[in-house]
Amino acid sequence: MTGRAVAVVRPGALTTVQDLGRPGYAHLGVVRSGALDPAAARLVNRLVGNAEGAAVLETTVDGCAVRPRCAVTVAVGGAPCPVRVDGRPAAWGTAVRVAAGSVVEVGTASRGLRAYVAFGGGIAVEPVLGSRSTDLLSGLGPAPLTRGTVLPLGADGAVRTPVDAPPWPGPPDVLVLRVRLGPRDDRFTPGALRALATRAYRVSPASNRIGLRLEGPPLERSVTGELASEGMVLGAVQVPPDGRPVVFLADHPTTGGYPVVGVVREADLGAAAQAVPGTAVRFVPVR
Amino acid sequence: MNGNGTPSADARVRVLRVGERALLVELEGGAEAEAFHAEVLRRRAAGALPGVREVVPAARTVLLDGVTDPDRLAAELPGWEVGPLSARAGRVVEVPVRYDGPDLAEVAACWGVSVEEAVRIHTAAEFRVAFCGFAPGFGYLTGLGERYEVPRRATPRTAVPAGSVALAGPYTGVYPRSSPGGWQLIGTTDLVLWDTGRDPAALLSPGTRVRFTAERPGGGSRAGGGR
Repeated sequence: MTGRAVAVVRPGALTTVQDLGRPGYAHLGVVRSGALDPAAARLVNRLVGNAEGAAVLETTVDGCAVRPRCAVTVAVGGAPCPVRVDGRPAAWGTAVRVAAGSVVEVGTASRGLRAYVAFGGGIAVEPVLGSRSTDLLSGLGPAPLTRGTVLPLGADGAVRTPVDAPPWPGPPDVLVLRVRLGPRDDRFTPGALRALATRAYRVSPASNRIGLRLEGPPLERSVTGELASEGMVLGAVQVPPDGRPVVFLADHPTTGGYPVVGVVREADLGAAAQAVPGTAVRFVPVR
Repeated sequence: MNGNGTPSADARVRVLRVGERALLVELEGGAEAEAFHAEVLRRRAAGALPGVREVVPAARTVLLDGVTDPDRLAAELPGWEVGPLSARAGRVVEVPVRYDGPDLAEVAACWGVSVEEAVRIHTAAEFRVAFCGFAPGFGYLTGLGERYEVPRRATPRTAVPAGSVALAGPYTGVYPRSSPGGWQLIGTTDLVLWDTGRDPAALLSPGTRVRFTAERPGGGSRAGGGR
């Protein structure tokens, strides 16, 4: 394969192709998916002159390395990390022109978890149901990258929205999640609702693209009867029988039978996606 | 549901806020949820629900996500007049089945009938996809009636083959792809339930009417199917 493409040299712990997801199919059991930190994905696209919804790479913890087969503009953003081109330090958070055959190394995140890598023209794998996103729950879209994967790129330079050095808030020390109670807060004891609003939780290492799992005081239910499965939304705080809340992220199941005590504001979920295991979490109830 | 928007109709619908932009409508039961879902789709098709991006029916709820003014819609929903679910409405899909599933005899025993009679009962019923979940294109089909409910298997299988026709609780389902599963397997179909290269990707989407027909081993439908 020649022409506009990038080859994967080092896939990293988990690197997937993501755009802004495939809304509109939840009734078929297909979740929206898409970049976990959509603001970062939009911004790296703007840095290389793409439309905000172009497909990018989303890395996890230890980045990835790719070799473009053509000269291409690349931007790395999201979690701060070292960027190297053929071994030489290159800028993070801004557009970098890379020659054909060079190796672009996205290093381990110094803060946060997920870096986003945009290429001029965007990753042009075949869309599935209108999106190029990898959905790890349903197995839709391209498989997570492996060594040797070759990803086609689209034609460069279609859109220009010049941005150069954008302000980039670093991941916070304490992840504050604004939560609107309901729809099933009436299934929890007053003590559980008080604990949710006042106690400290921590991000569990078992977190993934499906959900941010939390460690901390278990939330006790006042109603223990089974709940029939019902539709789930992005940001839902589902509470399984062990009482430890799970905040649903982009690859969450479309229906579920555990009660949802509240829903986190969508604007806070990008920071949730960047919270490393052990990060302190506080829920702030809002109307 | 009872026609004239009487106050008693309101008590049958409970609307719960879900975050900033979604509403969960809780109905009395499965049939009411299916009728309410059909009403939501009718109104959305008529342009009455701008912005609503997802409409997700489930066992006794309908979720609306992407609601532009949730407070206003939440106030309106209980007053909706919901027409009865028309037996004639919806796309019809016929699913040819080889009734050779490993749990067919157990299901027949659970119903207290012979295997042949169990097949007759399953092919005579009119099904409707109440909702999807579990995996893309996995539909929960209602239509068998309460007396034919069956329990899930005590130990789920680690791999249920694609095309397996299966029962659990009041539902019939067809596995779109191989996956773990705890439903009782009664047969197999060669139909492709889920294909993202096809439009529509899901053969069985909410509201689709379904009939199962018995296929003899080696192919060919047994005529009649009991009706």
